[in-house]
Amino acid sequence: MTIAIDKTVLGPVDEIPFGEGRTYAVGTDMIAVFRLRDGSLRAVSAVCPHKGGPLADGQIDNKVVVCPLHLYSWDLSTGCSQSGQPPINVYPVRVDDGHIILGD
Amino acid sequence: MTQRLVVIGNGMAGARTVEEILARNGDFTITMFGDEPYGNYNRIMLSNLLAGVEDEAGIFLNDLGWYADNDITLNAGVKIEKIDRAKKEVIAADGTRTPYDKLIIATGSSSWTPPIKGINNPKRGFHQGVFAFRTLDDTRGMIRYARDHERAVVIGGGLLGLEAARGLQNHVSEVTLLHAMGHLMERQLDEKAGHMLQASVENKLGIKVVTNAMTTEILGKDRVEGVKLADGTVIPCDVVVIAAGIRPNTQMVADSGLPVERGIVVDDQMLVQGEQDIYSVGECAQHRGNLYGLVAPLWDQAKVLADHITGRDTAAAYTGSKLSTKLKVAGIDVASMGLIAPETDDDEVIIYNEPKKGVYKQLIIRDGVLAGAILVGDNSKAAGLIQAFDRAQALPEERAELLFDIGGPAGEVKPEDMADDAQVCNCNGVSKGAICGVVDAGCKTVSGVMDKTRAGKGCGTCKPLVQRIVEWAAGGEAEEDPAASWYVPGVPMPKPELMAAIRKYELKSVSSVFEKLVPGGEHDAKSKMGLASLLKMMWADQYVDERDARFINDRVHGNIQKDGTFSVVPQMKGGVTTPAELKRIAEVAEKYQVPMVKLTGGQRIDLLGIPKEQLPAIWADLDIPSGYAYGKSFRTVKTCVGSDFCRFGVGDSTALGIAIEERYQGLEGPGKMKLAVTGCPRNCAEAYVKDLGVVAIDGGRWEIYVGGAAGAHIRKGDLLTTVDTAEEVIRLTGRFLQYYRENANWLERTYAWVPRVGIEKIRAVVVDDAEGIAEALDAAVEEAVQAYKDPWKERAVPATPGQFRTSLPLTVLPQVPVRS
Ligand SMILES: Cc1cc2nc3c(=O)[nH]c(=O)nc-3n(C[C@H](O)[C@H](O)[C@H](O)COP(=O)(O)OP(=O)(O)OC[C@H]3O[C@@H](n4cnc5c(N)ncnc54)[C@H](O)[C@@H]3O)c2cc1C
Ligand code: HEM
Ligand code: SF4
Ligand code: SF4
Ligand code: FES
Repeated sequence: MTIAIDKTVLGPVDEIPFGEGRTYAVGTDMIAVFRLRDGSLRAVSAVCPHKGGPLADGQIDNKVVVCPLHLYSWDLSTGCSQSGQPPINVYPVRVDDGHIILGD
Repeated sequence: MTQRLVVIGNGMAGARTVEEILARNGDFTITMFGDEPYGNYNRIMLSNLLAGVEDEAGIFLNDLGWYADNDITLNAGVKIEKIDRAKKEVIAADGTRTPYDKLIIATGSSSWTPPIKGINNPKRGFHQGVFAFRTLDDTRGMIRYARDHERAVVIGGGLLGLEAARGLQNHVSEVTLLHAMGHLMERQLDEKAGHMLQASVENKLGIKVVTNAMTTEILGKDRVEGVKLADGTVIPCDVVVIAAGIRPNTQMVADSGLPVERGIVVDDQMLVQGEQDIYSVGECAQHRGNLYGLVAPLWDQAKVLADHITGRDTAAAYTGSKLSTKLKVAGIDVASMGLIAPETDDDEVIIYNEPKKGVYKQLIIRDGVLAGAILVGDNSKAAGLIQAFDRAQALPEERAELLFDIGGPAGEVKPEDMADDAQVCNCNGVSKGAICGVVDAGCKTVSGVMDKTRAGKGCGTCKPLVQRIVEWAAGGEAEEDPAASWYVPGVPMPKPELMAAIRKYELKSVSSVFEKLVPGGEHDAKSKMGLASLLKMMWADQYVDERDARFINDRVHGNIQKDGTFSVVPQMKGGVTTPAELKRIAEVAEKYQVPMVKLTGGQRIDLLGIPKEQLPAIWADLDIPSGYAYGKSFRTVKTCVGSDFCRFGVGDSTALGIAIEERYQGLEGPGKMKLAVTGCPRNCAEAYVKDLGVVAIDGGRWEIYVGGAAGAHIRKGDLLTTVDTAEEVIRLTGRFLQYYRENANWLERTYAWVPRVGIEKIRAVVVDDAEGIAEALDAAVEEAVQAYKDPWKERAVPATPGQFRTSLPLTVLPQVPVRS
């Protein structure tokens, strides 16, 4: 589910290597931002709804993130689980002038 | 046009047949007649009702609402007295006539009453205190009467009599079972098994059993006071239950002019012989000369009848059933199927007999398939045997496996016997119901179901069961998954083809493999780790290391824990350490307040609960290379103290173990590689159950075992060869590991790969160089050895931005308890 959030600049996009993710604390939320190999960004909740795994440590492709703890996976664009788990939050995110912009 | 269907008999066969017809959307207005004044109940469960383990509400199959919902007119408590074939009408006891276009006769059987003096009361049917055991009314009456009485006699020592006797114990204090034959259940058990059963029934249940007991008279004037046997013995009692057999209810049918022999004669479509519109099903039907007294055959008959009458499959044919039975008496295990004695000299008879425990097992095998089996005292293998018997499956060469669980995968459970909430995958907590749900939703491949539920993705031992459940839920066969042969799920090629393509196009990074070899260039997260391992093995230092292709463990060189922290396992070659090293580890543990310090199964020390951001500092303080306790790679070489200290040692296992670890440390592969060297065959370092285990034997020689395991799967390794020197061991170890690295599938451990390829083939290649590739294997592994770099040196400067930045959400995580 996509969650509306106030516009926040998280930092330079170079902080995130291609194909990896990093966690950001935004207010009281923990948000994992991934930089796909095609250069685009995805932002989702950082905490795995299964047993609290750190999603930013998971492996991704251009569609899904795989949690590192028990390898369940979620769609990065919709937040839906592919294996019957609860969904994760999805946040709007983009790159602007080399910076990660969260929110619209 | 909608036809009028009339069913005589609202018992198990009649009601089931109607259900099958409804399931096929048969176009009928249905009217049912049942002599019993109820909806449809599960007759089998009367035994449990009597025994008090089930209540009345629990045994109903279809309540009155079901009939209404399906527009079925139920005439409960109405007996049909005649069928008027000319007018196509049935005539009830009160004279009402009901017309039919199609008729089904499912009148079942009644309890048979042997001709015993005094059993009937001329006015009231049975003498007061005498009961049959067939209907709900019988059972209610029995329970009501027995409540105020103390001693019961059951006449008949078959399945029904035994269940009645056991049930009556719930109501009276003394139960005697009289059986006219020489041993109990003589139709299902041979003499020995019958006697064994009798001993259990007498000793465990406390039921008195008298065999060869011909009951000649029921004593008592107004009500039962005892029974008299042919030899003059009198057994005082106040309840008598007759379970001496059943007779099909066919009188009315015969009187109506339909063909009746022992039962109503039907053909393979369950049509009554010579009739176009009259079917018969259940215990009253005689098919190919046989009458059946169990429900399983009725279910098969009902399906064929429904297929035929609805026109769904007019060629459907019932060809008879193989019979198997289980006794439903708690604490007494009895199962029987097929033959109870050999019939020809060629029949193979296998018998296991343990009288003291009351265990008896007999198998009769003909032409390699199970023709009969008797189990008394231990039903654990019954489900598998019944399946083998039913389907005439090929039997294991090791016949003992049919009778006992001897190692190997857990006993074969039948999916249909499992409860919906039965846990199938113990690692990921997946139930049978969850698996069936995914199959019902359309996913019919084993790997697809495993992906969706994660069943079978823990230790993997449940995979065969998952496969069986998927096959069962998919109605026979799982769909072939083309991806099953691929090296990783996201690149459609088996390993040899994939390696050839990678070489041909000189693909040196994981992303280039996706872009070149996957149609559409789609990347796949779940394939990255396997590809990274393969490319590193193939290209060594030419490999283009994209960090995102690595699993988190390999990005930060530690094993991720449930709370997102990591474990640090420093190398401890051969499990040998020094006081100085121990002090350093201790100091680090104190300085960083490491929550747990633990010895691993691999003879080293594990520092657990380290936050990611502390890893580089800890490695620096330790100043010991990585133990690689996190990767799909060469892990440890466990050793025993060997000839240096041990009284029994015949080889210097410690030195050899250290040398092997020194050389092959950190080597990546398709799966973990755990090794051991032990100083004599006492095997203190458990070398027989390692991916590669070395055992010193007398005379200065070394045995090399490969493909062993002692994880979720336990396997003793196969002896690869015996060599004279430690150098030879080291060389063959490298060659074997390289052959494994190049040929095994991703995540295929040696315990699976060695038996798949075959130890002879591996020996031919690795020891005898039959394919002339030994030199190439040696060179390849040498290159990998030269490329080794201690990953824990990657600490001064992070390899990627934020490599060690925390990904830990700072609250909500499960906390690992600190042990002091
Ligand atoms: C206590 C007990 C335990 C059993 N345990 C097992 C077991 O563990 N496993 C197993 O496989 N089998 C077991 N059986 C046998 C099983 O119950 C029968 O094989 C099965 O019920 C037969 O089904 P049916 O429909 O042919 O007959 P029934 O279930 O007897 O149904 C026939 C129905 O037709 C009615 N009827 C008869 N004539 C007329 C008529 N003229 N007009 C209207 N209605 C009529 C009868 O009243 C009855 O309700 C057990 C039986 C009993 C009694
Ligand atoms: C994510 C899952 C797993 C984790 C986190 C894990 C962790 C570990 C660790 C840290 C060790 C000590 C290793 C060492 O000293 O090098 C170990 C040892 C061991 N593990 Fe696992 N393991 C996992 C899965 C498995 C599986 C699936 C199996 C079996 C198929 C298995 C079988 C073993 C065995 C047999 C040992 C003892 C090794 C020895 O004595 O040499 N582990 N495990
Ligand atoms: S350490 Fe191994 S055996 Fe223990 S819980 Fe984890 S996977 Fe299971
Ligand atoms: S395996 Fe043999 S040599 Fe090694 S410690 Fe045990 S008894 Fe001693
Ligand atoms: S915690 Fe993420 S899959 Fe279990």
